[in-house]
Amino acid sequence: MAVIEIRGVAKSFGAFTALHSIDLTIADQEFMVLLGASGCGKTTLLRIVAGLETPSAGEVWIGGRRVDHLPPRDRGIAMVFQNYAVFPHLTVFENIAFGLRMKKLPQAEVDRRVTRTAELMHIGQLLKRYSGQLSGGQRQRVAVARALAMEPDVILMDEPLSNLDALLRLEMRAELKGVLAASKTTTIYVTHDQVEAMSLADRISVMNGGRIVQAADPVEVYRNPAARFVGSFIGNPPMNFLPAAPLGAGRWQVAGQSFAGPVAPAAEFAIRPEDLHPAETGLAAEVRVVEPLGPHTLITCTVAGQPFRAILESTATPRPGDVLHLAPVPDRIRWFDPETQKALT
Amino acid sequence: MTDAAIPAQGAATIRRAGNRVFIAGTVLLVVWVLAPIWLLFVNALSAPSEVTGFPKSFVPSFDFASLSFFFGFAGVTKALWNSVQVAAVTMVLSIAIGAPAGYALSRFDFPGKEAFRFLVVMTRAFPLPLLALPLAVMFIRTGLDDTILGLALVHTTLALPFAVLITFSLFSGIPVELEEAAWTLGCTRPQAFFKVILPLAAPGIAASAVFAFVISWNEVFAAAVLTIQNRTLTAFLLQSLDVSPLHLKFAGGAALVLPALIFIFAVRKYLFAMWGIANR
Repeated sequence: MAVIEIRGVAKSFGAFTALHSIDLTIADQEFMVLLGASGCGKTTLLRIVAGLETPSAGEVWIGGRRVDHLPPRDRGIAMVFQNYAVFPHLTVFENIAFGLRMKKLPQAEVDRRVTRTAELMHIGQLLKRYSGQLSGGQRQRVAVARALAMEPDVILMDEPLSNLDALLRLEMRAELKGVLAASKTTTIYVTHDQVEAMSLADRISVMNGGRIVQAADPVEVYRNPAARFVGSFIGNPPMNFLPAAPLGAGRWQVAGQSFAGPVAPAAEFAIRPEDLHPAETGLAAEVRVVEPLGPHTLITCTVAGQPFRAILESTATPRPGDVLHLAPVPDRIRWFDPETQKALT
Repeated sequence: MTDAAIPAQGAATIRRAGNRVFIAGTVLLVVWVLAPIWLLFVNALSAPSEVTGFPKSFVPSFDFASLSFFFGFAGVTKALWNSVQVAAVTMVLSIAIGAPAGYALSRFDFPGKEAFRFLVVMTRAFPLPLLALPLAVMFIRTGLDDTILGLALVHTTLALPFAVLITFSLFSGIPVELEEAAWTLGCTRPQAFFKVILPLAAPGIAASAVFAFVISWNEVFAAAVLTIQNRTLTAFLLQSLDVSPLHLKFAGGAALVLPALIFIFAVRKYLFAMWGIANR
């Protein structure tokens, strides 16, 4: 049982505020992904939970125990680092056994755990090798095995896949998900890769400028962004945004079309590229670039002078210069407050 | 021959000329360094009668008369032993003080860090002759004069900047994540240092120690000023060899240079690291 509670955690480096009072609760055995661009504070938050960084304010609780004053070794955590941090002077076996030896476990137990986690990560045949004799992917596996062997309450992962090549990343992603689900640990996983976040997470915390903008399950984050930033950061291509002029009584004019929207003084219209389809009437879009991608075709166009993207069936064959009428799926339209950038309902 | 071939040929000529300058420069530098060493060893390993002769044979006659006479000379073995002791104490002190300073510089941010780094190098800016008299007076008052420890202290101040800089670059080359990983795996800071950082840094620390040894071994001024009875080899040679025959000077020179050469050659990789040109 290890619920992680982050209460009002803030961190400043001199005049720079890396984290503004973060509150976040991560349930037992939950896979939480901290997602954001570089410099958003996600790694700092992870390092505060790990005890490698001291918060300027706030509390960290793990499994009902306040840990923010404890050194990393007393927090019941294990961590996987971006550059793996496999000890070069020890064999793979001794790397995995390192934490177990620190715990002074009997040799038989050390052997059992090393063998088991090595088998789990498919590095059983590499136990006698040194880090210098391993590929990046193998080092990654050693780092994960070393963390799992600790049988920790919490595993913290700092962009563990970002140094792997694309194909290997895909393979490791699926494998990690399976292994971590089976290990029944609570996981915090930091990444800037939204696809990685979507595929792994039970819940995603999208971070921006030292704040958590939205913490919700992947589909919710994708479908109902709580803020404009989330919509513009998640999704490839990201959400389209268009200015809207109020017509009164919750109706808005967007690129010459009238839509039902929220009752608010000002609003911005937003729609995902895949929630558009060509129709008789709709947003008038002047096609600029057509990219057939196989399963669908990506259209880059201009709507009311704004750049705009649509994902259409690959049967659609517009040409650059054509004018398409793109009708948004009504219940997929989202609205944001241009002032606060928050979602409007 | 076409017109186009002429500039190409011109470029080739320039490249060949450049090559020649490069090779000539390399040869000049190598000769500059190796010729005195070669002379030293040829003369040291020749019979006393051959030393003043000319031209020299490229390979010495391997006559050990000069060397054996030199080592049989009264006081040489004692001076040699003094040198070894002073150098050993210098080595231990330099690493014991220098390595923690290097570690602190590479891992911690503290106020005055840049000033400290500067001051470390500044210790080499004071000419030793300037300090010699006050040092001698102070040593006589405290009873440190003419002792192994006293001289080793002076040599430590000379060797310390290098010890700090070499270990600083050494520790900086070890990713901090390795230490952090050790902490998350159950280590305290000292445990992580001894289990992870030290094994990785050990060869470099040994190199830095050897370098401190060589600095002390080669130092002559402080040794000559601060010791009387307990002369180190350099001070002893300075004192006695200017009145000795030529072949003995060469034997003494060779005896001094050889250990330093071997040591420096053995640790050259880490000395380059000090100047930041090692491939990590």
